[in-house]
Amino acid sequence: MELDAGGTPWLSRFKDPGLARRLIARLGRELSRPVRVMEVCGTHTWSISRSGIRGALPEGLELRSGPGCPVCVTDQTDLDRMIALAGRPGLVVASFGDMVRVPGSAMSLEEARALGADVRVVYSPLDAVALAGSTGSQVVFLGVGFETTAPVAALAVEEAARRSLKNFSLFSRHKLLPPALRALISDSRTRVEGFILPGHVSTVLGRRGFDFLASELGVPAVITGFDPVDILLGLKELVGMVCRGEARVVNAYGRVVREDGNPRARAAMDRVFQPADELWRGLGPIPQSGLRLKPEFSPFDAEARFPLPDPAPRPLPRGCSCGEVLKGILAPADCPLFGRACTPERPVGPCMVSSEGACAAYYHYGWVPAREGGEGR
Amino acid sequence: MTEPVNGGAGRPGGSGEAPAGSAPAGRRIGLSHGDGGLATRRLVEEVFLSRFRHPALHALGDSAVLDWEASRGGRLAFTTDAFVVEPAFFPGGDIGRLAVCGTVNDLAVAGASPWLISAAFVLEEGLPVSELESIADSMASAAEEAGVSLVAGDTKVVQHGRGDGCYITTGGVGVIPPGLELGPHLIRPGDLILINGGLGEHGLAVLSRRPGLAFDTPVKSDCAPLNGLIRALLQASRVRFMRDPTRGGVATVLLEAAAASGLPLLLEEEALPVSPAVRAGVEVLGLDPLYLANEGKVVAVVPASEADAALSALRGHPLGREACVIGRVLEAGEAPDGISRGARGRTGGVLLLRTALGPVRRLSAFSGEPLPRIC
Ligand code: SF4
Repeated sequence: MELDAGGTPWLSRFKDPGLARRLIARLGRELSRPVRVMEVCGTHTWSISRSGIRGALPEGLELRSGPGCPVCVTDQTDLDRMIALAGRPGLVVASFGDMVRVPGSAMSLEEARALGADVRVVYSPLDAVALAGSTGSQVVFLGVGFETTAPVAALAVEEAARRSLKNFSLFSRHKLLPPALRALISDSRTRVEGFILPGHVSTVLGRRGFDFLASELGVPAVITGFDPVDILLGLKELVGMVCRGEARVVNAYGRVVREDGNPRARAAMDRVFQPADELWRGLGPIPQSGLRLKPEFSPFDAEARFPLPDPAPRPLPRGCSCGEVLKGILAPADCPLFGRACTPERPVGPCMVSSEGACAAYYHYGWVPAREGGEGR
Repeated sequence: MTEPVNGGAGRPGGSGEAPAGSAPAGRRIGLSHGDGGLATRRLVEEVFLSRFRHPALHALGDSAVLDWEASRGGRLAFTTDAFVVEPAFFPGGDIGRLAVCGTVNDLAVAGASPWLISAAFVLEEGLPVSELESIADSMASAAEEAGVSLVAGDTKVVQHGRGDGCYITTGGVGVIPPGLELGPHLIRPGDLILINGGLGEHGLAVLSRRPGLAFDTPVKSDCAPLNGLIRALLQASRVRFMRDPTRGGVATVLLEAAAASGLPLLLEEEALPVSPAVRAGVEVLGLDPLYLANEGKVVAVVPASEADAALSALRGHPLGREACVIGRVLEAGEAPDGISRGARGRTGGVLLLRTALGPVRRLSAFSGEPLPRIC
């Protein structure tokens, strides 16, 4: 990774606060009636909260956060499986950092580590392959994430195969976003009229990968980047379409996202993974929305190698509204536990843990209900 | 147990950028280096006594015994700190420089002139002696920069796999001149909040060298002893409160100040000094520079009428060239323009940020280490 100091100057066009303020004013004029749209991706949720956009939105425009937080949509039973894997003696479990603090039914991966489990935080599945190459222990990578992380996990499995590693395996709970968006639209309680589509996933799927939203489901959507001006330009486009009753999928992030996305990344996923029915936290089972290893890669399949009894499904903590929040039915502050029983220090649900979770974003960036006086937003 | 190891104005050492030392190449720390016998003694002499010259150290007693005149009627400040940075060597410094600067700065922000420090090392069996020497070199040069004497120390060795190369625990003593009082209880509405330069450099530099996260960035740690800068500030201006925004960054320090003072503090996002290189780094990793560690920065709250004097004193020092005002202290209960509905009515001891877009939001404490996002 190369970070060019001059490449992303703070005052670039896409961060220019003056331009952003003018766009907010124009957004208000675009709005001819109350509109509710959803930002699908957790990175957008954070950027919108952090930049102050959430506080500057015109009256009548509601932005709901969606299911685009990989850790948040990992089902409780899958989380419990991962924690059970970590509890096996001699097994090293490698995970993205976000995952380790999510409370499972009995404990989190972090708590399992305190009890002696070997849980390592890595930043890429390829690091887990490197780890396997340098130890004698069995290394299991916990694969979560969408079309952005799945290609890297695919490359990691191919790398392990190329090196004939006998001690690397993947526990895949990678998920596909388009089927989840279909499921959301078919849930009448969501009442979302348009989508801000995830910029990163779109780099892989391309604009074409989301065209079905408009052509099949009649829902407008915009692909945007993550800077305030990007987001506001995208919102203006989207609100305009909603108010005019138009349904198109517009790529407003053309400097990064191509019409056809990244065919090589998709090819890597296709070589290694096959779609499978998948359980999403909050959204429930969605057909063909998960990725599992193809049979020819079964030596690298952690589930084949370390069979686990299915953990008994346990009820979610009482009052946790993560499911409704992930579907955009509720805003984080509408959850009765938000900021009271559930805080980043003592999270009840995953949405309060992950750096992409909506509840954590609202909490960290102060869009919380007032305890005395004033209603929350 | 105190087994004096280090002492005062040692010879100038290496920068700590790369391990280099006089010990034969390839020599490593063994368990015998920690048994208190001959090997320990030889290590202490080679690595520490050769670099630190204070007589109290060279006496090798169980305690460093010192005359008390240095206090000159002032009060004592006493601090302790443990250093477990990963990796031990990072752009702009190493754990040795960090240990000395961190201790010195904790004393300096309390208004004290740093005087004495101690250092205890927990070494992992197998650590190359050259790395330890390099760390000791950095400590010696940082101690010289700061004008403090290292007068006591200890070394212990743990089995391979039971430690992480080198841990350092320090103690520090400084003297606060008579009449100087600092603290969040002195903060008043209208006061201004100052910082001496850019945010997040240490935090980002260390992250850039984490195994598995390594990325190229021109950012170096800002790790530096601040006592000279702070002396200049205290001579030029009245100061209500100072802290060094290390772990948890500027936001964490000011959250504590807000809570302790009972007053709302308002930061201006557009006024926060963040270098383009740090900006680029945090963007890729999804981190917030307000929460990243600094090791050469001081946040000071001064009366508005003294802010110009304070700023010119800071800017006149090499470590304060980019000093600026980043925010101000509000009246209790004051709700600034553009405040989110959610933050209204709870502006007691809170920290607020006016975003570049205008809306004001509340800042809260991050829990745990900032983690880069997944996608
Ligand atoms: S506040 Fe906590 S319990 Fe409520 S939805 Fe968010 S994460 Fe779940």
